[in-house]
Amino acid sequence: MNLMGRSPMKNNRLRSIYTVPYTVWILLFVLAPIALIVYYSFFDLTGNFTLANYRNFFTSVYLTLTISSFWYAFLITFFSLLIAYPTAYFLTKTKHKQLWLLLIIIPSWINLLLKTYAFIGLMGLYGPLNAFLEVIGIGKQQILFTDFSFVFVSVYIFIPFMILPIFNALDKLNPALIDAARDLGANGWTTFKRVIWPLTLNGVKSGVQVVFIPALSLFMITRLIAGNKVITLGTAIEQQFLVTQNWGMGSTIAVFLILFMFIIMLFTTGKERGATGNGKNRKAS
Amino acid sequence: MKSIYQAAILILVVSGALLFLNAELNEGSKSGKNTITVYNWGEYIDPDLIKQFEEETGIKVIYETFDSNEAMMGKIEQGGTSYDITVPSEYMVEMMAEKNLLLPIDYSKVPNIKNIDPYFMDLPFDLGNKYSLPYFWGTVGIAYNPTLLEGQTFESWDNLWDPSLKQRVILVDSARETVGMSLNSLGYSLNSTDLDELREATDKLKSLSPNVKAVIGDEVTQLMVNNEAAVSLTWSGQAADMMYENEDIDYVVPEEGSNLWFDNIVIPRTAKNIDGAHAFINFMLDPEVAAQNADYVGYSTPNLTALNLMDPEVVEDERFYPDEETRSHLEVYKNLGLELLGVYNELFLEFKMDMR
Repeated sequence: MNLMGRSPMKNNRLRSIYTVPYTVWILLFVLAPIALIVYYSFFDLTGNFTLANYRNFFTSVYLTLTISSFWYAFLITFFSLLIAYPTAYFLTKTKHKQLWLLLIIIPSWINLLLKTYAFIGLMGLYGPLNAFLEVIGIGKQQILFTDFSFVFVSVYIFIPFMILPIFNALDKLNPALIDAARDLGANGWTTFKRVIWPLTLNGVKSGVQVVFIPALSLFMITRLIAGNKVITLGTAIEQQFLVTQNWGMGSTIAVFLILFMFIIMLFTTGKERGATGNGKNRKAS
Repeated sequence: MKSIYQAAILILVVSGALLFLNAELNEGSKSGKNTITVYNWGEYIDPDLIKQFEEETGIKVIYETFDSNEAMMGKIEQGGTSYDITVPSEYMVEMMAEKNLLLPIDYSKVPNIKNIDPYFMDLPFDLGNKYSLPYFWGTVGIAYNPTLLEGQTFESWDNLWDPSLKQRVILVDSARETVGMSLNSLGYSLNSTDLDELREATDKLKSLSPNVKAVIGDEVTQLMVNNEAAVSLTWSGQAADMMYENEDIDYVVPEEGSNLWFDNIVIPRTAKNIDGAHAFINFMLDPEVAAQNADYVGYSTPNLTALNLMDPEVVEDERFYPDEETRSHLEVYKNLGLELLGVYNELFLEFKMDMR
């Protein structure tokens, strides 16, 4: 009796000790900052309680800003996915896949600002890209400070983050399932549509999450590469905090950004239905 | 698993060694105890002068830099580092004085104040120079490269709207400068608080969109030097930097008027070595020191005695040392308060969103 009673209690106590670092971390670095942002969003410049910041957000400037942020984040995610999926698929078919994967990941170790400045040089009027265009007869183009340059550089920066989860999902995919589909008469497209894509959807979803959400709040690239012709929610927050010193309005935009992120998370984290939970792999796990 | 432990131990050992080394090095620089911490804009002093100051006074200088008035004030407000000297722009002097972040200057310890041009003393942002003394001054205008343009000149701000400049004008990513330029072009004050005037200026700015190549910050210097850009709205000192590296570039302040700005040397409330700070201010106002500094930095010095020691070609250059007649068209920024600063920035944001 004594023995039976003590053991689970001890276990419980041990377990609660293990959760201490996690709980402290979440409280201090996740919940407290969010609570502070929400708190600040209810104050105006003079420190009075107000709902005006929220009313302001629904004026034309910030609504247009939100829509355009979403549009560019969508474009960036779409093109990243378009390039990342075939790349990841190809990687799983290569002999030294870990090495190839590493080669794709390595550029993401280099400082973002450094890479961005490199693009200013590459895309400039006298840069190599324009020199190439001139050689093939198209002639000099204004590449820097356009929508194209912005989406291009952003996609370049985000691609490793899109490839990784998709690669993992594809790598876990049991090849026997593809063989089975082909044996049962499915052609290449149907196999992809009915077998490969649904089984790797979770990888795609996590990829979309790690690209779309940061893309919504990109701010440095908007100035350096797009010359402020593209404005995102991140730009507006930076400006409210650093220039206007209107912490209330900055926090309000941040609150909406957090809300949008929650909505995106809801859409992109469906039930466990992907490769790991299916077929043969289930037994293994 | 073993290799993870090894790696972890290695990282700990290296970090520990670096920490120790860092502490040792800092110890060395503080040996004399008598130090001052100077917080200045980047590239805003001749480093040789710091050495000279240390040799003459025996006071060690710890030098740190910032890149925006707001960021600087943030650090002073937090008070983590005991800065003894900093260099805010005029509207920021006013704001910091309001927030009680500045210490008054004791003029008995700054005899070299006699060298400063009286024109730059006792200005509205700090009447009686209670807290601040001018360090450098300059204007906002247009830097342009005639070799890339087909004879376009810039007597007036309206020249920026010329159809021949399609996609060639670079604006500065700062609301007061850009909206202010549009206000000036309409003949209004760049300290306008009239919402109708501001609206009109924003609409006029929007009509400039087809000509705007980009709205960026300091990166503009490199673009102009490399002939990537032909025209830019910029500060006189930045234009001087461009002209130093690319002789084709010219600088002009359009006749409707523009902004006259001052960066000022002040003693923030965080100061620990107040005597040292006064010694530093007095040293920087010495005519020979000021002349050498102005020569190195490229901005205009308010030190009248120093002007006599400088290259007459520089001092007589109307572009950087405009005469009093021209200066009378120029306006100093007033601290408009956070409310209106917000309005300026929101209108500027509206313009930026409209650019596509």
